[in-house]
Amino acid sequence: MNPELALPILIPLVSGAVSVALWRSVRYQRILAVVATALLLAASIWLLRSTMDQGFLVMEMGGWPAPFSIVFVSDILSAIMIVLTGIIGLAIAIYSLASTPKGHEKFGYYPLMHLLLAGVAGSFLTGDIFNLFVWFEVMLLASFALLTLGGERAQMEGAIKYVTLNLFSSAIFLSAVGLLYGTVGTLNMADIAQKVATLEDPGMVTVISMMFMVSFGIKAAAFPLFFWLPASYHTPQVAVSALFAGLLTKVGVYALYRVFTLIFTQDVDYTHTILLWAAALTMLTGVLGAAAQFEFRRILSFHIVSQIGYMILGLALFTPLAIIGGVFYIMHHIIVKTNLFLVSGIVYRLQGSYELKDLGGVYKEKPILALLFLIPALSLAGIPPLSGFFAKFVVIRAGLEAEAYVVTGIALLVGLLTLYSMIKIWAEVFWKKTPEHVKSMSLLKGDVKKSHSWAYHIPVVGLAVCTLFIGLNGQPIYELAEMAADQLMNPELYIEAVLGGAQQ
Amino acid sequence: MESLMAYVVGILFAAAIYMMLRRSIVKLVIGLMILSNAANLLIFVVSGMTRGAPPLLPEGAEAPAGAIADPLPQALILTAIVIAFGVLAFAVVLIRRAYEVVGTDDLDQMKDTDT
Repeated sequence: MNPELALPILIPLVSGAVSVALWRSVRYQRILAVVATALLLAASIWLLRSTMDQGFLVMEMGGWPAPFSIVFVSDILSAIMIVLTGIIGLAIAIYSLASTPKGHEKFGYYPLMHLLLAGVAGSFLTGDIFNLFVWFEVMLLASFALLTLGGERAQMEGAIKYVTLNLFSSAIFLSAVGLLYGTVGTLNMADIAQKVATLEDPGMVTVISMMFMVSFGIKAAAFPLFFWLPASYHTPQVAVSALFAGLLTKVGVYALYRVFTLIFTQDVDYTHTILLWAAALTMLTGVLGAAAQFEFRRILSFHIVSQIGYMILGLALFTPLAIIGGVFYIMHHIIVKTNLFLVSGIVYRLQGSYELKDLGGVYKEKPILALLFLIPALSLAGIPPLSGFFAKFVVIRAGLEAEAYVVTGIALLVGLLTLYSMIKIWAEVFWKKTPEHVKSMSLLKGDVKKSHSWAYHIPVVGLAVCTLFIGLNGQPIYELAEMAADQLMNPELYIEAVLGGAQQ
Repeated sequence: MESLMAYVVGILFAAAIYMMLRRSIVKLVIGLMILSNAANLLIFVVSGMTRGAPPLLPEGAEAPAGAIADPLPQALILTAIVIAFGVLAFAVVLIRRAYEVVGTDDLDQMKDTDT
């Protein structure tokens, strides 16, 4: 038995339930939120350590042997994603203490946050394709409620698009699971992979793989299915935006990585070429969309789309180096992107707006905050020695080695345009003079809590330190990504670990 | 029987997507309902519509006597129905609230966050 495999799911689930029980006492919910996410982070590090020791951790639910039971599997990629979930969870929990309006806290903000983390962790750990669907729905339902908490007009409009597109993607996912079950007669991912390889007619499997690609593509906000993301991510309060930006689309990316390395490798030329062009167009449209925007969080939202392209590019090139680059990119991106959203929240607190034209002069008043913006922003654009440089470097080098010159060229161009966007924010928000119509560095909204400056800054500083750590200490992180990629490129290891000797 | 059901599934999907493309948010939710039912029926059909006994073993037996129905698709559909129920309950509340806040049920009027 490996208790550490169940803990990342159990901790948020239990603390979510306890938070509901403590409905009337927001104070205890707040304490519990920080304690539980800290425990989640500790458990996730434990999970990563023992996964690195043993290669794979497998847990069979109900004690049934593998293909019949629902299994939870942790390989290095899952464990890395769980650690990132823990880091982001803790950062958001601390930030929420200050940034979440009191009305939201009274209406179940913390239980929903725990439930969302449970859904995310479950998606990363499950080894059963239908169970993955269930965890997706857990995560989605929590995200729907978080997105609409507050009930303002923009939130409602954004939520309708978000809910519709995600439900549509879930329906495609469910249909694809049904078709896959009809074809191979099993739901265990390792067992599916084994049976798909022996199938006589791979045409049907390719069709099913396309349905998975569309479904996960919508969830990951890949081209051309990303429109729901910039329409909704800037509407909720900022801690929710940051949580979504860090984790939700990356669950879609993780699912793509899982199924397109483990199950659907029967026709790589066809499927991964489509992924390759989807990745290139995702990068390009995302960054061009960002260039046209003049609202802090909308620019960042479009950059999520463009960064998703790099991660899918790593998968699409499908060489060991490219997968390493993709995994490295995911690690870097989750931390950096969440951090940028958190900084935008601090700027909002200072000047009461997200519109670039209503902001200005922050550098003069808060030089340290400007520095805290600059670290993730330059990292996002890929300036050495920050984490983004190494992430981009590995992906682009893999592209050159695979001789995909056009796509690699697009990736380089997108890096340049990302820098342009970040400079735009820097010049407008931090550098230019405070506009006349902005009165002072004061709190404009009544519902914002007055104190708690520390709770705003601790997560931002912590995540900036993580960025610097990945950047300055690239080798161990690269080795970690290498181990993950090694497992992903050898799916027989995964199959062997899950099914064991039972089938041979 | 299977081919008939396949047509039914196809018609349901077509109807769902048609409804989702309408401008009214009520029709959008109706489209989502039909879509989840279409997916459920699809699972039921592709996993084989065989006539069989309930999958219960007689006492002491190791394997069932005759042909039995596959219980797994039914479990999948049951789970999917429960999830769809919860999600649709949320969607109905959402469109009601959206109607209150925006003051219209026309999706074309809900474009403030798009640009």
